[in-house]
Amino acid sequence: MYYRITIQPNGRVHTHRARDIIQDAHSLGITGLRDVRVQTLYFLRGSLQPSQLDLLCASLLADPVIETATWKLIAGPYPQSTAPSGGWVVEVGLHPGVTDPVAHQVVKVAGEIWGMSDIEAATGQRYELFGDLREADVHLLAQKLLSNPTIQHYYLGEMAPAFIRTAEASDEAQEIPLEGLSDEELLALSRQRLLALNLEEMRAIRDYFAGLGRAPTDLELETLAQTWSEHCVHKTFKALIEFEDEEGRRRQIDGLLRSTIRAATEAVNKPWVRSAFVDNAGIIDFDDEYEVSFKVETHNHPSALEPFGGANTGVGGVVRDIIGVSARPIAVTDVLCFGPQDLPMEEVPVGSLHPRRIQAGVISGIEDYGNKLGLPTVSGAILYDKSYTANPLVYVGCVGIAPKGRHRRQAQPGDRIVVIGGRTGRDGLHGATFSSEALTHETGQVAGTAVQIGDPIVEKDVMEVVCLARDQGLYSAITDCGAGGLSSAVGEMGQHTGALVQLERVPLKYPGLKPWEIWLSEAQERMVLAVPPAKWPALERLCRDWGVEATDIGEFTDTGRLVVRYGEKVVGDISMEFLHHGLPRRRMQAVWRGRRRLEQASSTPAVPPQEALLALLSHPTIASKEDTIRRYDHEVGGGTLIKPLVGVRDDGPSDAVVLKPLMTWKHPKGLVLSLGINPQIGKADPYAMAVSSVDEAVRNAVAVGADPDTIALLDNFCWGNPGRPEELGRLVRAAEGCRDAALAYQAPFISGKDSLNNEYIGPDGRPTPIPGTLLISAVAVIPDIAGAVTMALKSPGNLLFIVGETRRELAGSHYALITGTEGAGEPPGLPANGLARYRALHRAMRAGLVRACHDLSEGGLAVAAAEMCIAGRLGLELELADMPTVGDLSPEERLFSESNGRLLVEVVPAHRGAFIEMLAGHPAAEIGRVSESGRLIIRSGGQVLVDLSVEELWRHWRGAAC
Amino acid sequence: MLKPRILILHASGTNRDRETAWACELAGGNPEIVHVHQLRRGERRLADYQMLIIPGGFSYGDALGAGKVLSLDLRHYLREELAGFIAAGKPVLGICNGFQALLKSGFLPGDAGLGPATLTFNASGHFECRWVTLLPDPRSPCVFTRGMEEPIVCPVAHGEGRFISDRVPALEEHALVALRYAHEDGTPACGQYPANPNGSEGDIAGICNPAGNVLGLMPHPEDYIVRYQHPRWPHDGRGGLGLQIFINGVRYAAEM
Repeated sequence: MYYRITIQPNGRVHTHRARDIIQDAHSLGITGLRDVRVQTLYFLRGSLQPSQLDLLCASLLADPVIETATWKLIAGPYPQSTAPSGGWVVEVGLHPGVTDPVAHQVVKVAGEIWGMSDIEAATGQRYELFGDLREADVHLLAQKLLSNPTIQHYYLGEMAPAFIRTAEASDEAQEIPLEGLSDEELLALSRQRLLALNLEEMRAIRDYFAGLGRAPTDLELETLAQTWSEHCVHKTFKALIEFEDEEGRRRQIDGLLRSTIRAATEAVNKPWVRSAFVDNAGIIDFDDEYEVSFKVETHNHPSALEPFGGANTGVGGVVRDIIGVSARPIAVTDVLCFGPQDLPMEEVPVGSLHPRRIQAGVISGIEDYGNKLGLPTVSGAILYDKSYTANPLVYVGCVGIAPKGRHRRQAQPGDRIVVIGGRTGRDGLHGATFSSEALTHETGQVAGTAVQIGDPIVEKDVMEVVCLARDQGLYSAITDCGAGGLSSAVGEMGQHTGALVQLERVPLKYPGLKPWEIWLSEAQERMVLAVPPAKWPALERLCRDWGVEATDIGEFTDTGRLVVRYGEKVVGDISMEFLHHGLPRRRMQAVWRGRRRLEQASSTPAVPPQEALLALLSHPTIASKEDTIRRYDHEVGGGTLIKPLVGVRDDGPSDAVVLKPLMTWKHPKGLVLSLGINPQIGKADPYAMAVSSVDEAVRNAVAVGADPDTIALLDNFCWGNPGRPEELGRLVRAAEGCRDAALAYQAPFISGKDSLNNEYIGPDGRPTPIPGTLLISAVAVIPDIAGAVTMALKSPGNLLFIVGETRRELAGSHYALITGTEGAGEPPGLPANGLARYRALHRAMRAGLVRACHDLSEGGLAVAAAEMCIAGRLGLELELADMPTVGDLSPEERLFSESNGRLLVEVVPAHRGAFIEMLAGHPAAEIGRVSESGRLIIRSGGQVLVDLSVEELWRHWRGAAC
Repeated sequence: MLKPRILILHASGTNRDRETAWACELAGGNPEIVHVHQLRRGERRLADYQMLIIPGGFSYGDALGAGKVLSLDLRHYLREELAGFIAAGKPVLGICNGFQALLKSGFLPGDAGLGPATLTFNASGHFECRWVTLLPDPRSPCVFTRGMEEPIVCPVAHGEGRFISDRVPALEEHALVALRYAHEDGTPACGQYPANPNGSEGDIAGICNPAGNVLGLMPHPEDYIVRYQHPRWPHDGRGGLGLQIFINGVRYAAEM
């Protein structure tokens, strides 16, 4: 028995929801849908009087200005069908146990304000569909548009609400005998329990427990699988790799991360790096008082299955990484890779969502979490390629700031283990192992529990409490509950001590979880703190004041063992030594067979330059992202001084953003955030992709005014299955590119993460990997925010310079992509003396000689010039004959080559001499002027290559935006 | 002169409290961020302050509608204190989520005959972050916009800012529409997107109570208090600082 409450719009306002659904139905091939009415449903169970229901309807659930609410008692357990005449009804609800923050608020408010205790709530949506529809159409709409089977279920007709099914608390721990299991049986067990462990690892576990003379419990086996997952320990980047290059030469790589990226950081040896690759985030000095932390993560597989929840909790997770270094988060970044938005439905792989739906959900998920945390989402990119259709990429980053020296890192024996924030449920089980496997056509059904739904407001409160607890010195170590949940967090914090956990104390969302489920749950918004017993009362009081749940679940010990109990019963007891050092080191094979020649021949007739430019501007990867950027709050905090959109109409694409943290206005320094990413180059050569991405991140930062000697880098690799030697060979090439570019720019890497096994395995068993994709994020210091420069043209009559030389480097270029050619020459390499060039440009900026500056990347000079015109709504007249080149280049090569190390710079005529002097010794040339004509005119040797109005450039660039 | 004490109310999910505090400091006030729990437990008393600001954010996640649960806090836990504060003529400013809460709790428009009104989902159907131009109504009794001659500019950042009421003509008649969305040249937006970013009736960006001491507005004046926050400062772009709202409020509070 329960109450069903329907909230119906009264027609006072109209929304676009119906129109959007009808439009999406069309893309599914359902053209008969003519109208949709959407209603919100609430379900309440408990002892309630009619007057109380009326009160809840009027004062809580409906907005009386625009909605009406009705309630009724549902006595029987079976839903009824109540379709309106001539229509169909689809109702959608969450699976039991999926986080439902709205239902949670209903229960809380009804209890606290009106004293209605012991009630339960659930929510749902009702869609009334009208038109010429068959039942099969309605099912298709329900499955593809109105619900997501990973987290929701639907009914044709009235739904049955998903009140949580509760069960008795249980201390049940199953023993899993491993002794005597054959290799095949060990592997079968790994697959069946989603452990993602290979044979060697399974054998190591079998032998460890054989030595103890007992079988492992389910909790112990799961703990080892999580701790040893690719996601948590990065086995590939630590493996011993046998590498063979294109000439058949073999060499051994003793740990890819250590020998490339970390080696570069050590060689560069910057004094302002405070923490690299040790903490949850990289940390650098900002000023005398504050340090800045930065971390970028990926959340690809969850976003493929449940785009909103996946991206939502991706933001939540990376923000917790920053909270985990005791910092206050101040900004979010996001870089997204999707399949084509216009992909025909029949080309969507079995078991995958349409790229449009993935994009819509991911962007909403980031918007929801970032905005609700009050963090500006400031920097990002969206890339489109067919190869991301089944396996989208969602990179999310977070920047934080903290007073120096307050982060404490070492749990002491005797410290209490305190979990704060959200409650633990069955959500997100197996996240770490799940992300370490490929996606298949049935992953959505099998791994449903791996997806979590976030509740950002809980995390917001946790953020506030941790900052206060840090300043009051209430903890001796802190980490977030991410992949692996409590098992990873406590296992990591107690690595050098030992820990004893009482699982029955962990606060649960609902009873009935088995011990291993409590221990492994990846429920969101939780942090674990090591709290000296004397400080616990103060922390408990602080948390209570802020409405944050805090629970003492055990203590750090000096036993060197991780002991997990449920009541008196020991459900896990593993030595920290085995947990953290028992993992057999992987030995892997890698091979690099040389640059991949793209499939299409270059026999396609050349596209006229002007048409090519317009095609590039409207390519979805290059086109305006304004519609997405404006859905993220990029102003909160009041510190976004160079915004993602710049220029006279606030719509030009900024190279980087400049941030001014709130508490630092007493000095002129600011922070610069930028990024570099280009998987198209990676298809040609991952080494070229890596150096190009580092160069792009560095020059984007320099373009807005960052001091090139303050740049710190983050690497995020998304790759296919490294078990295939070719795939691993490409990864080796990319990592070596990172090393070489970091050394060239003297820019240390401070943090990084890899996400491997980004593949889709279809019903035929064939893997489709994504193209290896590397994101380089950069954080740097700008000495004076007042000297920041934007990419928008400023004044007619000013001169335009190109800095850097252009080479025949169109392999992997966007020009090659849109013309369907292989691209002339080579993929872009590292420029000679790039660092000295950027330093010279920076000196010119500091001397006030630069009015505008824009980096040349996708689409080369032509696209960069067009973007500067669009942002400033001014014309340019350029002559390319005398631009610095290496070799004799064709007009197309001058326009569209993607050589690194190049920028366009606007200089007032009076500063011409001074600018040339500043750049002496570096390739730089004056190539034209800013004009009032409103046209972009580009000539080469007098021949007109491009003559287009800025209005037309803008229309192409803006129009294709998704 | 003593700096007026300003209570900046923090509820779970409030997020623009810290920059609002900074705006108050620059305006000459003495701000303190106070958690709604501290008021409920009596650790702080509203009456000890000269001004109240309910800042932006997503109080309680905006579950059940933006500002809805916070409006219940105001109505149930702080009703008398807040009603007394307003009746005493002390200035109250609700920004974005604070405006939503003041409106849904009935403290705005503050006269039963002029309500009810609501702020609901933007006409565009989604969250919008963009800079807007706000035209003050010189006839308005609002103490925060008093004497303002030029438009002010600042960002909006909300998903539920569309002002809906059957009593818009009455609000206009009483000059309670203190701030309206306008084009950059200062002419009325007349409902045109994006100058009117959310489809608000009557281009309403902010309203005050008949006494003029309570103002609610959707845009964020606290995010334009120094020149370098303006999106076009590299083009020498300027506009009326949002700071003026705080200066007026603080001055009024100090004079009381």
